[in-house]
Amino acid sequence: MKILIYGFGNPGRQDDGLGIFFAEELEAWAAGEKLEGLTFDSNYQLNAEDALMLKENDIVIFSDAAAKQEEPYKFRQIQAGDKISFSTHSMSPESLLAFCWEMYSKKPLTFIMSIKAKEWDINGELTNEARANMNMALEFIKPMLKTPYLFTTPNN
Amino acid sequence: MGKKITIEPVTRVEGHGKVTININDKGEVEQSRLHIVEFRGFERFVQGRPYWEAPVLVQRLCGICPVSHHLASAKAIDVIVGAGTGTGLTPAGEKMRRLMHYGQIFQSHSLHFFHLAAPDLLFGYDSDPALRNVIGIAMANKELAVQAVLMRKFGQEIIKATAGKKIHGTGAIPGGINKNLSVAERDSFLKAADPNNADYMVKWAQGALDFFKGYYKKNKDFIDNFSYFPSNHMSLVRKDGALDLYHGVLRAVDADGRKVLHDVDYQDYLKYIREEVKSWSYMKFPYMMSMGKEKGWYRVGPLARLNTADFIPSPIAQKEFEEYKSLTGKVNNRCMHTHWARLIETIHAAEMIRDLLNDSDLQSDNLVTSGTRQARGVGVIEAPRGTLFHEYSVNNNDQITECNMIVSTTNNNEPMNRAVNFVAKAMMNGKKEITEGMMNAVEVAIRAYDPCLSCATHAYGQMPLEITLIDPNGMILDKKAK
Repeated sequence: MKILIYGFGNPGRQDDGLGIFFAEELEAWAAGEKLEGLTFDSNYQLNAEDALMLKENDIVIFSDAAAKQEEPYKFRQIQAGDKISFSTHSMSPESLLAFCWEMYSKKPLTFIMSIKAKEWDINGELTNEARANMNMALEFIKPMLKTPYLFTTPNN
Repeated sequence: MGKKITIEPVTRVEGHGKVTININDKGEVEQSRLHIVEFRGFERFVQGRPYWEAPVLVQRLCGICPVSHHLASAKAIDVIVGAGTGTGLTPAGEKMRRLMHYGQIFQSHSLHFFHLAAPDLLFGYDSDPALRNVIGIAMANKELAVQAVLMRKFGQEIIKATAGKKIHGTGAIPGGINKNLSVAERDSFLKAADPNNADYMVKWAQGALDFFKGYYKKNKDFIDNFSYFPSNHMSLVRKDGALDLYHGVLRAVDADGRKVLHDVDYQDYLKYIREEVKSWSYMKFPYMMSMGKEKGWYRVGPLARLNTADFIPSPIAQKEFEEYKSLTGKVNNRCMHTHWARLIETIHAAEMIRDLLNDSDLQSDNLVTSGTRQARGVGVIEAPRGTLFHEYSVNNNDQITECNMIVSTTNNNEPMNRAVNFVAKAMMNGKKEITEGMMNAVEVAIRAYDPCLSCATHAYGQMPLEITLIDPNGMILDKKAK
């Protein structure tokens, strides 16, 4: 089973980098665990060319910072086409999934890990609160990456 | 009762801006304004930091055009390390940076065309927004969508090969570049199977322009007259008057094509350009001092560049430039022709990438130069959206003491306000509520400038567009979001 973990955001804008730091921390951990079938990537934002990576994977996990969220982290499956409005220089995970389906008839099982952020200043360091939230998210996801069939259970 | 209409786009990446339209008791548009929250804290943030960090630090500003900030900053720091004002680098240093820059132009212009312009052209500006996007393109014209994906990817890969990585690239360093282009990297762009090579990118860029010209033939009146107003135009040009997006002298022409800024050295930009502060906007309003605040404002970006340049130094783009000029005249003030100009530049960028890839200087190991240390440096580049200024002063401890930036979107602040005003007066007089068509028209007018609102704070789950109707007492009369 091939799994892509894709973090996005601007790591130079403090907690906005949560998604990217999450992917990087996970990559370092997965290397230590010698897990196979995992691909990691990150960028400032999602765009159409990312569909090329999506179509090559069975499971995709996007990670991003969340501004309006109560929970420290939230992990949920997303569906293609939930948000297809597009008027800026980026695409939402949902619209990217819809685009991937239209282009390549591929629809990987796709999730988003949104992690609660606090500050958005020009600073490369996460706030303590954001880091704590990210650590909780990491602890949640690690067992699942070791046992990928868990992604297909109904609670996810 | 008079009322105020607010259109508030809250976008994921570009910070936010809003449009307010004040309507009087007769239902006529009295005033409209585009409010953009420009992030200014960065200039303070870099104070005290070592100057050599600046080209990497500035990429924190924005996830849309980090390469432009990276290169403008590096050009300013070149001056400080005594490496000259844009022409003193080693051939490998300058050409690697140019390759990075044209890669950025190519992917950014392609993004704008396929994601923002083509859906409007393919489906019409008044069509269902749910279709008017790149997914709609994929459903209606898969070949165009394939091009969108692969042109973007090609440009991104050029950036990765020259800047070192996708996020916070490190390629441009004081006085040069930190890596050359390996033969394997070069061949991955030149010799890849069709369509993933430089020749094919030139061909596809031509196809995109043909697509636009086909639309123009059928919709000439709209493209010629939507949001049309006279203005000055400013950009860098090469010393011989050629279009040059990486380096040159500053030139401006007025609405009739007369030169009003005569090929000046941008190290002296403060002698010619000032920024006005207005109480209602966080974003400044630049103007040419010689013409004053009222008449000295100007446009930057593709439309402006094809007005200031005498010719384009690549054959296919030059041929298209000649046709464009023959149809549009000496100077072009038509807002929607910005799309046309942008596509000609896309061809130019593809040609430049192909030619640079064939230049053996890119494999040289002579990457960095230096000279007599200076206390101040200015770097200017033609970013995808227009002229971008970076200025730094440093002390004897190599710390940055002052920083000033004028970003492309700030340079276009007044023109974007004029464009919104044009649309508001054309579509809102006598209307009492916001219509989808009116929202679309405002979007189309602003989109032509491809603004990048540089306060790039963003997060998952924000709404892309919100409209609020407010009366003079602050009561919300209507609110719409999409």
